Amino acid sequence: MTKVCFELNGESVTVDVEPRMTLGDCIRHGLKKTGTHIGCEHGVCGACTVIVDGDAVRSCLMLAVQANGRKIITVEGLSNDQELTPLQQAFREHHALQCGFCTPGFITTAHNLLSKEPYADEERIREVLSGNVCRCTGYIAIIEAVMAARPAYQNGARETTR
Amino acid sequence: MKLPQFEYASPQSLDEAIALLSANDGAKVLSGGQSLLPVMAFRLSHPSMLVDLQRIEGLDRITISDDGVRLGARVRWCDIEANRDLQDAHPLIPAMISHVAHFQVRHRGTVGGSLGHADPSAEMPGLAVVCDCDIVVRGSAGERTIAATDFFKGSLETALAHDEIIIEIRFPPWQPKRRWGFQEFARRRGDFAIAGVAVYFDLNADGRMIDAHVGAIGVADAPQRLPTVEACLNGHRMSDDVIARAREAARTAISEPLQDIHAAADYRVALLATLTERVLQNAMRGNPA
Amino acid sequence: MNENGSFVGRPIQRVEDLRLLRGKGQYVDDIEREGQLHAAVLRSSVAHGIIREIDVSAARELHGVHAVITAAHFGDVVPRIPVRLFPNEAMKPFHQPVMASDKVRFVGEPIAMVIADTPAIAEDALELIEVDIDQLPAVSQLAEGESAAELFEGCADNRAFDYRVRRGDAAAVFATADYTRRERLYVHRHTGITMETRGVVSEWDPVAGKMTCWGAAKVPFANRKILATLMGLPEDSVEMIEGDAGGSFGVRGEFFPEDFLVPFAAKMLGRPVKWIEDRREHLLAVSHARDITADLAIACSKDGRILAMQAEIYVDTGAYFRTSTTITPRNVGQFLPGPYRVPHYSADVAVMVSNKSPSGTYRGPGRFEADFFRERIFDLAAKDLGIDRVEFRRRNLLSEAELPHKIPAIQPDPVVTELDSGAYEHVLDLCLDRIGWNEKQALQSKLIDGRYHGLAVACFVEGGAAGPRENARMVLEDDGSVSVYVGSSAVGQGVQTILMQIAADALELPMERLRLFHGSTTYVKEGWGSYHSRSTVMGGNAILMAASELIGQIKSAAAGMLQCRPDQLSYKSGVVTSEQGGSVDLAGLSGSGIAYEATFSNTKHTYTYGSHAVHLTVDPGTGRIEILDYVAFEDAGRIINPLTLHGQAIGSIVQGLGGTLLEQFVYDADGQMLSGSLADYLVPLATDFPKIRSESLELRPSPNHPLGAKGAGEGGTIPVGGLIANAVAAALAKHNVEPLSLPLSPDQVWRLIENAPKNDAHA
Repeated sequence: MTKVCFELNGESVTVDVEPRMTLGDCIRHGLKKTGTHIGCEHGVCGACTVIVDGDAVRSCLMLAVQANGRKIITVEGLSNDQELTPLQQAFREHHALQCGFCTPGFITTAHNLLSKEPYADEERIREVLSGNVCRCTGYIAIIEAVMAARPAYQNGARETTR
Repeated sequence: MKLPQFEYASPQSLDEAIALLSANDGAKVLSGGQSLLPVMAFRLSHPSMLVDLQRIEGLDRITISDDGVRLGARVRWCDIEANRDLQDAHPLIPAMISHVAHFQVRHRGTVGGSLGHADPSAEMPGLAVVCDCDIVVRGSAGERTIAATDFFKGSLETALAHDEIIIEIRFPPWQPKRRWGFQEFARRRGDFAIAGVAVYFDLNADGRMIDAHVGAIGVADAPQRLPTVEACLNGHRMSDDVIARAREAARTAISEPLQDIHAAADYRVALLATLTERVLQNAMRGNPA
Repeated sequence: MNENGSFVGRPIQRVEDLRLLRGKGQYVDDIEREGQLHAAVLRSSVAHGIIREIDVSAARELHGVHAVITAAHFGDVVPRIPVRLFPNEAMKPFHQPVMASDKVRFVGEPIAMVIADTPAIAEDALELIEVDIDQLPAVSQLAEGESAAELFEGCADNRAFDYRVRRGDAAAVFATADYTRRERLYVHRHTGITMETRGVVSEWDPVAGKMTCWGAAKVPFANRKILATLMGLPEDSVEMIEGDAGGSFGVRGEFFPEDFLVPFAAKMLGRPVKWIEDRREHLLAVSHARDITADLAIACSKDGRILAMQAEIYVDTGAYFRTSTTITPRNVGQFLPGPYRVPHYSADVAVMVSNKSPSGTYRGPGRFEADFFRERIFDLAAKDLGIDRVEFRRRNLLSEAELPHKIPAIQPDPVVTELDSGAYEHVLDLCLDRIGWNEKQALQSKLIDGRYHGLAVACFVEGGAAGPRENARMVLEDDGSVSVYVGSSAVGQGVQTILMQIAADALELPMERLRLFHGSTTYVKEGWGSYHSRSTVMGGNAILMAASELIGQIKSAAAGMLQCRPDQLSYKSGVVTSEQGGSVDLAGLSGSGIAYEATFSNTKHTYTYGSHAVHLTVDPGTGRIEILDYVAFEDAGRIINPLTLHGQAIGSIVQGLGGTLLEQFVYDADGQMLSGSLADYLVPLATDFPKIRSESLELRPSPNHPLGAKGAGEGGTIPVGGLIANAVAAALAKHNVEPLSLPLSPDQVWRLIENAPKNDAHA
């Protein structure tokens, strides 16, 4: 077992892990943040997406031991109890989720994309989100939601500081 | 699909990494992990140790000079995408790499990882072969340079010794007025290519093609140059006839085409011919892709 | 009239979203029980064979392993899972044992289960189990004539069960018809593939003698009954707790071997046990679907009126009969005519077993396949007769005057049902108009920029609202809020919000004053769950009944307080007022014990219907199909929430497109399933089908129940296969390509062009 220390949603955490434990499993079962979901464990579906040092990554394709010293953000870190964020609100208004299992992965991926590229066009959004699988919605509502959320990330808006 | 057990090492220097590989028969290099970890999740591979390169400095540079382009082994796909200078210095590189996987994978996957994994359908090995690259590696026996054409031995098989680590890949200088193109066919965006064709050539004072390079991915157990197709181009001016001959040459270029559940051998070969034709038609019109 | 504004019919944003968007869903892998152990299942890597020996000694000795369960643990008789829907004595030999004991019959069949401290250790232990199996020849495709290996003793040709449907005398009609055509058509194996894989957490309380299981979805009450029976426990000693479920589409939520094995292990070890299916297992172990061959014949008059249809259908259902296996063969036989007039009809449906994963229901079960067969042969017939394809459909669509229209009964175990209401041709017109059918005819089979263009249209019906019953219980809480408990299951379709809308309107309260609890067996005395697009109709009507009763009780209690008779009272928006001027609100009635559990019974199905049209291109060089425009219209009778209905429509169309163009379970001759990962089994991505337009209508409510809504959510999938195949045929008319099977992968399309009869006259 190895001790790993990193920042999770702004808080310092320390956890004991085996080398073989993936970052996704560590977040869910070691740190009890179950918002990140495991959908395939072989890097295809994107449900496990988290943000590591400013980049969206598949947490099933990263080892927990590789997280040492890094800053990690999950869907919980992109949420608050008082109100939905502009991105979440857009998802709700456009009915961009049904069963909700793929949703945290879409939220983290879309947040990362719009943080880097707040003026991304529909084609670019669609291209980036092709790395996340959804079986319920057929994607059209998700694309619409992400497009609708763009203004919140533009002109140095608050959302981009994460 | 939990990973099998392994020891984990995160050395801070290349020498340390090489020593670990030398000392441990079952050790494997971990770079981006985007190819290796899924294989391990399916328990198709049980390395006894993973030697993580993430703390080793100096392997992630993109260097552009008159001698050509060098990509460090730890350069990620997103680094290539973000590098504006590469667009002008060697446009075939970003054009082919733009097809690799998806957003999240592109933040982790590396040049060296893809070369070492040697998937016959992958774009990076295809780039290496079509561009006549040199791959620089270092092991306990020292540093050496392997020509790309000698590097890929077969599906998931390279010329690397067990304790050798890829340092960088070197691209010959790209000619200014070069015509080039790349087309691949995949079932969905980001999927492995069922077939892909990369082409470039220069034009001499007569407007005839010279130094034609045609490379294919996804059709054989390693990326291939297609010399019979190149022979149709060299010394000729591009025309519909030349393209038709090149197409026919592509159709017969591969003796043992790959087949899998997505594409039988005959379809794959027909696809190769079609893609060759299309990429040449685009190059004739002056469009890269 | 709800003074708070009517909720039914409005695009109310979902209450579920507030949790799900924040990552606060409670899916089965989010459950942690104190002291829980983890299970992993060893699955057969051989498709067909006799088990000689299973050596678990090395696995048992691995540090961290608590037990390794094999069939030997179950005594002389290994429990078998019953058929839940339309069971029949003759099906008993084909029930799946919870674990293989003497024989394995498909790759993926459970052979052993390891219980360990962690999932990783459990999986390590699987690699240490040694299994000795004498392989037998595998049956992995429909045998042509000669005998294949026998999966079950006494079932010589692997033909496990037969259904038949008869109306009139088709054979006689075929003998004298102006025109007949016969074809063999095939829909390949694919299935639902949910984003969340299956999972079970079980905990045994030895003091109370109670088994609690988390991870229930779709049909918790039925599963409770099955588990109680298999374990020899009284039904009320078993609780199934439903949390959030990451998709169902019909395939998850049924009773699988693990639904017995995990509780069994929990009871045996006296500790909670958790099992989470991984994706590789999911592709092998979740219910498979489709995989149907039809020898279909049509007889028409010269002017294109259908006189008769006759079908011999072979459903390859895999190695065993699942709880829901019967639905697909019944539907493909019974619903092949769809919304059309087929005066004489005969279908013989053979359910074949093979060495493949067992099949169950998947969105539009049997209907997707039936519509492919039917719509394809319609276009072939129309072409032969020189009649426009749309005109052919017009001549044969049932008119409104002909509804309700009895659907021919299926034997054995018939269910009498009829198409309830609809304006089929009117909706066809709306669809054609929306896609610009007339203007686009000039594009048919044209080669433009290297791509052939093709258009097609298809009409369908979707069955919904299966009975027999559903329950809803309402309780007036002390603070004046109302808790609503329903037997309906939430699997992502927004049932929580929809049922709250219905309850809010019925009680004339704002939605915030309600709380809705779904699915778990602790909530209502009896429940049925979510399948066959029934939750809105069944759960919704049960709520209407409960609300009506509750208001009655409210008035009685208020009468006591206000010292008058109930008939002197009126209830409006949560306040009871008397003629004399007194009033009391719901909070004022606390302590009165006001509660009611209603049961809504239904024997009449509802039939949502509609038309889809598509404009696509085919690239002859690569075989790639690109959807340029897809237009869908459906009439759902009455729409409770247009936002969620639209979401279901788009989602189901995309699944249909995935099932037509991308998804496929490929088996080799040894019964090895080659589509072993999500890189092999391809589901649609955001870049694949961006151009879909869908509209839901409220033209013809169902006359069959008070709500008027028709079950919807599967319809989008049903017509897709036939539609796309017809459009491809239209596009490739110059190449004489007539697709008769799915999928239409690039390789298959290219091959169709290569192999088509060459025609010198065409360029």
